[in-house]
Amino acid sequence: MAISLDKALGIHQHSLEGRVKRAEVLANNLANADTPGYKARDIDFQAMMQKAQEGMDSGFGMNRTHESHMDTSTMGQDSELLYRVPHQPSVDGNTVDAQQEQTRFMRNAMDYQASFQFLNGKVTGIKKALSGQ
Amino acid sequence: MSLGSIFDIAGSGMTAQSLRLNTTASNIANAETASSSTEETYRARKPVFAAIQQAMLNPSQQQAFGSEEGPGAGVQVEGIVESDAELQMRYQPDHPAANEEGYVFYPNVNVVEEMADMMSSSRGFQMNVDIMNSAKSMMQRILTLGQQ
Repeated sequence: MAISLDKALGIHQHSLEGRVKRAEVLANNLANADTPGYKARDIDFQAMMQKAQEGMDSGFGMNRTHESHMDTSTMGQDSELLYRVPHQPSVDGNTVDAQQEQTRFMRNAMDYQASFQFLNGKVTGIKKALSGQ
Repeated sequence: MSLGSIFDIAGSGMTAQSLRLNTTASNIANAETASSSTEETYRARKPVFAAIQQAMLNPSQQQAFGSEEGPGAGVQVEGIVESDAELQMRYQPDHPAANEEGYVFYPNVNVVEEMADMMSSSRGFQMNVDIMNSAKSMMQRILTLGQQ
């Protein structure tokens, strides 16, 4: 029986990756809190996880064997990148609500910690199994 | 892992906000700088912010997906524009900079507006520092993965 490290770690590695991606998008929103015409964005985390789950179940990924092939690894992530619906209009066309974005960023960081905790549990579990004590 | 790009994003935000704070300081410092002609008078300076799109940094992606894709890569200052609001003209014949008719020109700096701008930019700066701190602790966390 071959041990697949990818399968052993479960969904948590993908969720951690998704959290980092979302943190990046939210950080970008906050950096552009005063940019005229900037539209706040966010990642549909559920859709992202669903895609990761499907990818894990099927086990079929696409490889790039030639440099002129399209890079599909970033394409999937971008399709979940959506625009936020603003609560109130602003004169300069900016849709960033700094307080809300900061709350979301903090929440995302906490969720990241949770995912990390799970992943760490998996890793220490595997280590324990390997050491055979 | 693209945690590193959060540092770039928050860093670009801090640069932009500190430049805005810089122009505000310059405006307030020059709020009472008198001169004898409209050309020489100091005018309020404002930075123009613009979002950086990630596709601009990576041209190969731009060809495939268009410039709208990607989460973006922070904020940049496109330039600094001088306000074209009307200058203040005061009748002060005793002033050393007064012109022939006895008028002195004062900058079009609105000090109240500048103070509000200053608060906004210092809060923006703080926010970016918070983001950077969070990203730092996230990164430090990931380094401890698998440790006892």
